[in-house]
Order: sequence, then structure tokens, then C-alpha cells
Amino acid sequence: MTAGDYNFAYLDEQTKCMIRRAILKGIAVPGYQVPFASREMPMPYGWGTGGVQVTAACLTPDDTLKVIDQGADDTTNAVSIRKFFQRTAGVAVTEATAEATIIQTRHRIPETALTEGQILVYQVPIPEPLRFLEPRETETRKMHELEEYGLMHVKLYEDIARHGQIATSYAYPVKVEGRYVMDPSPIPKFDNPKLSDSSAIQLFGAGREQRIYALPPYTHVVSLDFDDHPFVASKAAHDCDLCGAADSYLDEVITDDLGGRMFVCSDTDFCRCRRAAGHTGRLGAPVTASRTVAPPPPPSPTRGEGGADPDLSDPGASPPPCGEGLGVGGHRHDIKETAE
Amino acid sequence: MTPEALLGGFADAPVQSAHAFRASLEALARPGTLQHLTGAIPPAPMSVAAGVLVLTLCDGTTPVHLAGGHDCGPLRDWITFHTGAPLVAAEAAVFAIGAWGALQPVSRFAIGQPDYPDRSATLIIEMPELTAEGPRLTGPGIRRAAHLSLPAITEFAVNSALFPLGFDCFFTAGQQVAGLPRSTRIEAA
Repeated sequence: MTAGDYNFAYLDEQTKCMIRRAILKGIAVPGYQVPFASREMPMPYGWGTGGVQVTAACLTPDDTLKVIDQGADDTTNAVSIRKFFQRTAGVAVTEATAEATIIQTRHRIPETALTEGQILVYQVPIPEPLRFLEPRETETRKMHELEEYGLMHVKLYEDIARHGQIATSYAYPVKVEGRYVMDPSPIPKFDNPKLSDSSAIQLFGAGREQRIYALPPYTHVVSLDFDDHPFVASKAAHDCDLCGAADSYLDEVITDDLGGRMFVCSDTDFCRCRRAAGHTGRLGAPVTASRTVAPPPPPSPTRGEGGADPDLSDPGASPPPCGEGLGVGGHRHDIKETAE
Repeated sequence: MTPEALLGGFADAPVQSAHAFRASLEALARPGTLQHLTGAIPPAPMSVAAGVLVLTLCDGTTPVHLAGGHDCGPLRDWITFHTGAPLVAAEAAVFAIGAWGALQPVSRFAIGQPDYPDRSATLIIEMPELTAEGPRLTGPGIRRAAHLSLPAITEFAVNSALFPLGFDCFFTAGQQVAGLPRSTRIEAA
């Protein structure tokens, strides 16, 4: 089949209609997991089938789509999903957070603050926050009904008893508007504060588990904690080695077999924009307009501008600007053009 | 069924319903804001916005209740032809459409079950006009406070007190739509 043989955004209209109703009920009851008839998608479970269905139900031809995987625009999952919607919906795509109207994400919230008019779609593996404490759906459903969340506090308490602190570092449970306990998907707990009072609409899709849930804008979301062990949004105690940012979530990258390592922003767009604006970290090189000099050392084959494989770069992605007057150099297009 | 029932649907359903859904999502996610819906021309007395909502959200799995003046032959035929939705009594409805007076008493509509609060009705309430004035709205989706020309206060306050149960509402007037989910708290301005 060629791309033109698919319905707009791949799914058939009745499926989108069903997903749209589930999204609206999710918006009406923030944090409650709405069951929906998840479809088989042309990708395996665990690759974002829930997020893809939610995105497909929300997309219009006027949208600009950004897809990130752990903050990066250029990893396999993000590139595949972006290409999927380029083919089946013909939408514009971008790597710039501020340019996007819909952002599908796997396990991160962008560092750049989201705005009204944006929708953040999360890929969710296990939507039920109580699932690893209580495997039976009938029981967890009853627990949500009765607001019986003591078990979750016991789990956090056991963390403290064993480790001296709450050791849960991702998929950290939150309470929405004082009612439903919700799994924010496996985002690092560093991102949890960004869930609350966001200007954007946040939608969560779990394909295998057949659940959709949502946070309307300006919804109060609180990370569970104790008075004497308050929630801390932690990150690695370093600055980004490429852009020098002290306030962004970092990935640790092994650079050799002698214990060498570097810390880089997990949000590639945020890091790139900072470097284009002249910020340089411990190992970063200034970004030049020609982009012929790669910043040393390349952190990994699929990460980092210098080591980017031209085949993985996305020819359809529009060159993302980095703030006003800074959109000249430093994006993937230039790499590809120099490579050719 | 008259030939007129066949007219007035979407010319390009995938694109028009996508735009319509985004407007309705914004309306429900940001209570008190007014959004535009266009693309459908339903028979009188249904407004354009209500017609677009029906085409976007209803199908053969969503029983629809038509209240009062909306329960007329041309509209029944139009909804049946374009969506295949069964037309039912108020108690069984997933979507209920009509003027505020005709929908009374609203306690008839499904408010969901404690373990499945999503199994509740959505009311599409036809209004003569919609303005961002009137009762004060607070809650999820609203930065500080919003105002919307609701047709009543008590019924909606009672509904929101049922949270997480309750029905959800769209208000439609001409091409305008506003949303009022059950999570919104309502008080006199």
C-alpha cells in the first residue's frame, strides 16, 4: 500500500470516534483510566501503540508534530513514529518544542515550558499505579473507587525503611486534584512538578493495557510523599557537558572502557538550542554555522550531533529555530547536507 | 426518510471531524472558553455546532436521546442516516441533545458507576446564545476563574458535587460551543 491509500492519520473514522470519546471522558475525570478498544497498530506493543492511537485521534492536517523518546528526537522510536505520521497524515514535523502543536513523548516532559494550544501525548506501558502492588484488575478498580490508596503509601514507606529515602525514581505516583492516584508513565521524578498546572493538555495512552487518561491544563497534581520525607525532584548532580545547563535532566553516557563518562541533556532540542545560543559545557565545542567541526567526543552512535548517522536524520523535519535570530546553524539538516 | 436527511453531513469526514474534535477537546479541557464548530448543516432546530458534535462523536455504539423540539422526524432521520446511532429514552442515552428546559429533569441521565465513572451521559445543550459571562467556574482546565452563561446554577452544582460521577455538558449556540465537565465547580458570579 502507498501512503495515499490510508485514511488520514491511519486509523479508520469509527476507531478515532471511539478514542475521541474516551479522551473526552478522561478530560472530564482527570486521572481516571478510561477503558478503550485499543487497536492493533503496525508496531509492537511497547513501542508506543497507545500514544500513537491518541495522537492519530487528535491530529489535524494543520498540526506540527514532534516526537521524542527519552527526550531525544533522533532515536529509533521517535524517528519511526514521526515518519509514520508523515506518511499517513502528511503533517508537518519539527524538533523544536515551541513549534510543535502535538508532542508525543516516551518517558520525558520537554524542558521548555509548554504553552496553551499544545498537546502532550504520553506513551504508557502500565497505566495502573497499583498494578505491582495488586495484580487483580477487579481489586485495583475497587481501590480507585473507594480512594483506598494506603497500599501505595506503604510501598513508599517501605522504600524509606529499606533505603532511608523514597527510592522510586521514575513512574513516581501522583494524586490528581485530590482524588485519583495516577501513574505519570515512566518519566523521571524530576519531571513530576511539570505535570501540575501545565498550560498544555496532557493525554496518556496505553495500547496493550487499553487505557486512556488525561490531565486538563491547570490541573493540580501532587507527587505522593510524607511530611518528614518530602518529595524531591532529583537529577544527576552535574551540569550538561555539552551546553552547561545546570537545571535540565541529564543522561549519563559512557565514553570509553576506562571509566570515562559524560553527562548530557536528555532533551536534545533544549541542549541544541542552548549551544546555538552560545552556551558551552565542559566538553562542548562552540556551534559553528558550517557544522563541519563535530563537538568532541561523540557520546554514542545514536546520540549527539557529531555522531549522528545521516540515515537516521529526518529529511522531512523542518529546520527548528532556536529562538529569534538563532536559527542559522546547528540543526540536523546541515549535517546531512555537508555529508552529501 | 426524506432525501433531505442525506444532506448536511461532512464533505471530508477525516479532516473535518479532526478539526471538530480538537475544538471540542479544547472546549471541554478549558471550561468557559468558546470554540467554533463548522462543517455540518443539520435540520432545524439543531444548531450547526450540535450537528458537528453529533457527527464527530456519535456512531452505532452510542445511543442518543433527542429531547423536546429536537425529537422531530427530520432530525431523527438525519442522525440515523449520518451516524447510525440508536435513538433511545433519556435513561439509556450516551448523548442527549435538546434545549435546557426540554432536558429536565437532568437527574434522569446516566452519571456513571463508582468503578466506571466514564459510563456517563454527555449532554449537548442548545442555547440561544453563549457568552463568557455569568456563573463563576473554577477547577481543572481553568487558570483562576472563568465565566459562562449557564442556563442554571443549582443543577450543575449538584452534578459537580457528585464527582467523580456526573454527566458532562457541551453548550451549543449557532457555530459556538463551550464545555462543562463534571469536574468544574460552579458558583453564582
